[in-house]
Amino acid sequence: MERQVVITGMGWVTPLGHDIETVWRRMLTGDSGVASTTLFDARTFPSSFAAEVKDFSLEQFLKSDAPKHQGASRNAQFALASGVTAWEHAGLSRYVGLDPTRVGVYLGGGEGPIDFDPCAAAALAGCLGEDSEVTPLDTVRWAQTAQRVLDAICELEQDPNMAGGHLAVQFNAQGPNFNTLTACAASTQAIGEAMHVILRGDADVMITGGTHSMIHPLGVTGFNRLTALSTRNESPRTASRPFDRTRDGFVLGEGAAIVILEEPEHARHRGARILAEVVGYGSTADAFRITDIHEEGRGAIAAMQGALDSAGMTPEDIDYVSTHGTGTEENDKIETLAIRRVFGEYADRIAVNSIKSMIGHLIAAAGAVELITCVLAIRDGVIPPTINYTTPDPNCDLDCVPNKARKREVRAALSNSFGFGGQNNTLIVRSPEQA
Amino acid sequence: MAGKRRVVVTGLGIAAPTGIGIEPFWDALIEKRHGIRRIEAFDPSGLAAQVGGELPSFALGDHIPKSYRKSAKVMSRDIKIAMVCAYHAVKDAGLDTKCIIERGEANGPPNLDSRRFGANIGAGLICADLDELAGALATAADDNRRFSLTRWGAEGMSNLTPLWLLKFLPNMLACHVTIVHDAQAPSNTITCAEASSHLAIGEAFRTIARGDADVCICGGAESKINPMAIARPLLWGRLNTEDNDVPERASRPFGARRRGMVVAEGGGLVILESLDHARERGAKIYAEIVGFGAGADTNSWSTPNPKGAGTALALRKALADAGTTAERIDLVTPLGTGTVEHDATEMAAWNKAFGAQLDHVPAITSRGAIGNNGAGSGAIDFAATVVALHRNTVPPSPNTDDLDSGCRFRFVQGHPIDANITQAISVGYALAGTQSAALVIRRHQE
Repeated sequence: MERQVVITGMGWVTPLGHDIETVWRRMLTGDSGVASTTLFDARTFPSSFAAEVKDFSLEQFLKSDAPKHQGASRNAQFALASGVTAWEHAGLSRYVGLDPTRVGVYLGGGEGPIDFDPCAAAALAGCLGEDSEVTPLDTVRWAQTAQRVLDAICELEQDPNMAGGHLAVQFNAQGPNFNTLTACAASTQAIGEAMHVILRGDADVMITGGTHSMIHPLGVTGFNRLTALSTRNESPRTASRPFDRTRDGFVLGEGAAIVILEEPEHARHRGARILAEVVGYGSTADAFRITDIHEEGRGAIAAMQGALDSAGMTPEDIDYVSTHGTGTEENDKIETLAIRRVFGEYADRIAVNSIKSMIGHLIAAAGAVELITCVLAIRDGVIPPTINYTTPDPNCDLDCVPNKARKREVRAALSNSFGFGGQNNTLIVRSPEQA
Repeated sequence: MAGKRRVVVTGLGIAAPTGIGIEPFWDALIEKRHGIRRIEAFDPSGLAAQVGGELPSFALGDHIPKSYRKSAKVMSRDIKIAMVCAYHAVKDAGLDTKCIIERGEANGPPNLDSRRFGANIGAGLICADLDELAGALATAADDNRRFSLTRWGAEGMSNLTPLWLLKFLPNMLACHVTIVHDAQAPSNTITCAEASSHLAIGEAFRTIARGDADVCICGGAESKINPMAIARPLLWGRLNTEDNDVPERASRPFGARRRGMVVAEGGGLVILESLDHARERGAKIYAEIVGFGAGADTNSWSTPNPKGAGTALALRKALADAGTTAERIDLVTPLGTGTVEHDATEMAAWNKAFGAQLDHVPAITSRGAIGNNGAGSGAIDFAATVVALHRNTVPPSPNTDDLDSGCRFRFVQGHPIDANITQAISVGYALAGTQSAALVIRRHQE
């Protein structure tokens, strides 16, 4: 790759806090953001806990701009707060030379949380008979209730392109605006594709990353029915156990992470501080099965290899791999296999963690949070731990930085995200000093 | 960008209310057939808008390998439409993919490299199958006929099939398509409402141009024929509720008496290919893609920009990207949804980017015949534009006989006309949202 794209600003809203340094400190101490679910009464659900964002107020971030976003969904709120933090961090709020037509958005935004109560009320109106028996759906009765109880803004805000619209409005970003929704790989894909938007000259600045909250009754239902979630209800803080032999599924999280990508000359010209360079991106499809990952990690291997190739790097250039590491039986085993295939003998000399052990799985937003973690690891020369690691699994035998953060110089880090249906995306970032 | 590869269109797979497959769809355009009727998929009489564009019936099994038929139970309607479009697209392109070989319609091996075959498919907010979801939710009613989350968590949710969630993840259109056709290269899913198809085709164009794939299947598909997909835009007053008894006149893009959009289902997947790859295998080339531009409105996230700034910017950027100007465009394809405010916005955008040039070039919109196909709209419009250019023929645009006084589009009435079309432009934008994108195609010359 002849030209690079640089990161000049970062912001996130996570279950461990809402600003970069607080969350980072808590990660380095191995803290957990997982607890009993409070967003709805989940006590009888197979999984009654989650990694929720706590004590969050959009007004603290938006101040006088808050009224512009009245009605913003939880997704859009997280994206806006992260976006404002990143924008400030990049010094763009003070820069007057910006061409708004060359500022774009590439978000991996999930669908907005379902407005559940009206949805349930309409369902019952349509499917409950006179004696409270369940009948086939009467769409006329459903429609009469739905049109009365559904809320216009809540319904609109479920469209996955909405959060990106809020960002465009907030930052007057008139350039290309995309939302990708490749399940759990979405925000890694968004950042990789945003890099290409800049490389090909379609924008100078891209606001990119992801946002998602599926902690609502139907979101949890969907994952519980798939038996993808941990059901360790008696001990939420230890439920997310990537690479541990006793892992039993992932913990649903929520939040957002936004990074500002910038064309390097544009960044240098305005005197921006360069936090890291995005140097590699690989994207593949397993093209295998909807429900299972390819047994040999074919797509994951090709995505990692593609990222290395596009960066002009070899495995020895990487010091840290931030895994997808969900804590499901299948993912962690196959991801380990795939990393071994790509990195060969060198695989035993890299640190391979999963911060999902602490903040759960942010679904569409997961990859962007992990990329920021990579940048901070490069900055501070320290890698956060994979917590809750007690029982080694011979199928997951890489150095997962168990339970304690580790000091280590990180020249470059590779971050994986894999999505349901066989979506594989990998990014590589490196220290700006390596340029 | 120096050294970028040329990209051509070699296959078109369309599922529209007026026809499935590019030939039936084009014939219907030429013959001015209508696809909008009173909704038959369910009883719409409780909804204020009761007409829509439903697809002609199709058998999914005719479009996928026999071994994949059991997967139909995890496919929402949107996914099934994408599967139909994908089959027609690869057949039209003469690509012997895994699906085509397994169906016995070609002898292997595949005539393309799966590792160089990518996907970029636009999808909507996929609606749950209400019969299934509402029926399951109703099992959790308490003694007062109110929904009980406690009952739902304990028992009710088990009435949903274990793989329920997978029917509604937007990326499942691309996942099923890439599985049956074995496309392993970069795979993306764009979810930007009616702008999705143009953004997805544009991204696929760039992916091939930069060398990350040789062939991409791209476009979009969505079904809005679902009570929920009608209830939502009704809340915003965006559907035509006054023409339930005259469905064929309900969708009137840019009409003087337009009254709102008409929901529909459908989509299109197209095959883009590097020029070298297409030449090497002797593919039929419809057109070359030469420009992609995208922009966003920033005045509001929920209501259209009366000045049409985002769409105008997308049009201008696409022209600039193609190294051309509005004066050198011979055919324009607007989105034309038929709502009062969006059509006004779109007219403002085109006026800004094209000005008086609009008075001199023919225009196409099939929206009057097929309604709003959501994330699939743009791919249908793109395909119509490609075929019109390829055949030097501009089809008539139904329900454009009584246009808004501010509308400068020169839609064809009655019979199709012959025209020399070297370059054409097509646009899509999100009705709910801020995104716009435009594509410029050019007659293929060696």
